[in-house]
Amino acid sequence: MSDILAAAGLTKAFGGLPVTRNVSLAVRAGEIHALIGPNGAGKSSLIGQLAGTLTPDAGRVTLDGAEVTHLPPHLRARRGLARTFQVSALIGGLSALENVALAVQARAPRPLAPFRRAAGDAALEQPALAALAAVGLAERAAAPAEVLAHGERRALEIACALALQPRCVLLDEPLAGMGHAEGRAIVGLLGGLKGRFAMLLVEHDMEAVFALADRVSVLVEGRLIATGPPEAVRADPAVRAAYLGEAG
Amino acid sequence: MTRLAAALAAALLLAAPLAAWAAGNAYLLALGTRAAVFALAAVSLQFVVGFAGLVSLGHAAFLGIGAYALLMLGGAGLDETLVSLPVAVLAGALFAWPTGWVALRTRGVTFLMITLAFGQMAYFVAEALADYGGDDGMPLDRAPPLAGTALLAQPVAFHLFVLLLLAAAIAAARLLGASRFGRVLRAARQDAGRVAALGFDVTRVRLIAYVAAGAAGALAGWLLAVTTGFVSPALLDWRVAGQLLVMVILGGVAAPEGAAAGAVGLVLAEEALSAASEHGRIALGALLLGAALLRLRLRAPAR
Ligand SMILES: Nc1ncnc2c1ncn2[C@@H]1O[C@H](COP(=O)(O)OP(=O)(O)OP(=O)(O)O)[C@@H](O)[C@H]1O
Ligand SMILES: [Mg+2]
Repeated sequence: MSDILAAAGLTKAFGGLPVTRNVSLAVRAGEIHALIGPNGAGKSSLIGQLAGTLTPDAGRVTLDGAEVTHLPPHLRARRGLARTFQVSALIGGLSALENVALAVQARAPRPLAPFRRAAGDAALEQPALAALAAVGLAERAAAPAEVLAHGERRALEIACALALQPRCVLLDEPLAGMGHAEGRAIVGLLGGLKGRFAMLLVEHDMEAVFALADRVSVLVEGRLIATGPPEAVRADPAVRAAYLGEAG
Repeated sequence: MTRLAAALAAALLLAAPLAAWAAGNAYLLALGTRAAVFALAAVSLQFVVGFAGLVSLGHAAFLGIGAYALLMLGGAGLDETLVSLPVAVLAGALFAWPTGWVALRTRGVTFLMITLAFGQMAYFVAEALADYGGDDGMPLDRAPPLAGTALLAQPVAFHLFVLLLLAAAIAAARLLGASRFGRVLRAARQDAGRVAALGFDVTRVRLIAYVAAGAAGALAGWLLAVTTGFVSPALLDWRVAGQLLVMVILGGVAAPEGAAAGAVGLVLAEEALSAASEHGRIALGALLLGAALLRLRLRAPAR
C-alpha cells in the first residue's frame, strides 16, 4: 500500500525541551493509523509538524510522495491534508452550516470572490449540508456554532474536514472531553468514514483506538517506541511498561 | 443602535447644505463636508480594524498620500479629478502593499507599532518635501477641475460629490464584507489557524484588505485636501490616525456605516465642545469615555 503522508526523522525541541525525537511514521492510503502516548508525549507537536503549523528542526515530511516540510499549512491543506484541533476551532457567529460552507468554499472555484455573497450561496451550502448530514448534524444546520453541545462541536469539525474532500485527515483527540455515549457516536462516525480517506488518529480513549485503528504507533517522551497492528502493539512489552501498563 | 446612529449621521450630512443656507453660515457646510470626508476615512479604516481585526495606527499616512498626490499633481498642472483622484488611490494602494506585507508578519500590539512606524516614516518624508512647503505645508492653487469644469469649486456640489463617494464606499465595504472574501477575512479574525487549515492563505487575504483600505484612505485624503484647500504634514500626524481609530471604535467596529457615524459624531462633538468653552477638550474626553463604556455595556450581553 502507498503512503499518503510520511514523516522521516522528524526532530523538534522547544528551547531545551525535545518534543519530537527522530520520529519516522507513515499513514497509508485508506488506513486509520492511531497515535497514542501519555500526556505531554508530543503528539500534538507531531501533528503540528505534519500540518505545517510547526517547523521541525530536522527531518522531512512528504505528502503523496512530494516533500512539504517547509510548505505552509494552507498549501498542505490544498494538497488534501485536513485536520481537526485538540481544542475545537470553529468560527463563532457563523452557523454550523456556514462553518462547513467555509470549508466547501476553500475547495470551490473562485474561493475569494470579492462581490459574491457568501450567505445563502447554494453552491456552498448544498455540499455543506451533505457533509453535515454525514455526521448526523443536519437538523442543527442553522444553530450558531457557539451554542452547539461539545459533542456536536467535535462532529461539526469532522464535517468541516469532510467538506475539504481530503486525502488524509489528522484528528487530534476527537473524543476529548466527551461522555461515553457521545464518544461512541464519534467512533461510529469515524468507522463509517474509514476508507474514504486516510486518518491519523491521536486519541487517549483505548476502546476507540482498538475499535478503529488498522495500525497503532506509540509515542513516549517524543520518541516512537512501537508501530504495528493493534494486537501486536498491545502485547509489546516496551509499550506495556511505558504506557499501557501504567493505565492498568 | 448602529443603524439609528448611521441614519442620524446621514440626515445631518444631507441637511448640511440646507442648514448653511438657512443660517446664512457657509461654515456649517464646510463642517459637514469635513465630517463626511472623515467618515470616508473611518470607513476605510474600519475595513482593516473591524473586518480583518487588525488595529492599525498608521492610517493617517494614506490620508497624507492622497492629499500630497493632489498637491504634487496640481503643481504639474495635472490636478484634473479624473487623473489626480485615480492616481491618489493608486498611490495609497502602492504604499499599502509593501508596508502591509511587512506589518502582516506580525500581530496585535506589534502590528500596531509597525503601522505606527510606517506612518511616522511617511510623516517625516512629507516634512522633508521642501518644494511642497516642508513642515508648513502648502495651499492648493484651486479646487481640482472635474472633467474640465469648475464644479468642485462649488461648495454644495463638492459636498454632494463627497457624499456620493462616501455612500459608494459604504456600499462597497458592506458588499465586500458579506462576500466570500469577507467571510474568510472575518473568520480569520477569530481563528486564523483554523482558516489556514482549510486551505486559505490568510496573510494574502489580509494584505488584499489592507491594500483596499489604503486605497480608500488615500481617496479620503484627496477629498480632505480639496475640503481644506491646504496640504501639510499635519495630515499624517499619528494623532490623526488615533482619531480615526477612535471614530471606528466609537461607531462600533463591526459595520462600515457605524464607523461613518462615529466619525460624524466625533467631528461634530469636537467642533461643538471646543466652540463652547476652553474646557471643551476635557468634556470631549469624558464624552468618549462615556461612549466607550456605553458600547461595552451594549455589547456585553450579546456574547
Ligand atoms: N509552543 C510550545 N512551546 C513550548 N513548549 C511546548 C509548546 N507546545 C508544547 N510544548 C510542550 O511540549 C511537550 C509536548 O506537548 P504536546 O502538546 O505535543 O503533547 P501531547 O502528546 O499532545 O499531550 P496531550 O496528550 O496532553 O495533548 C509538552 O511538555 C508541552 O508542554
Ligand atoms: Mg495534544
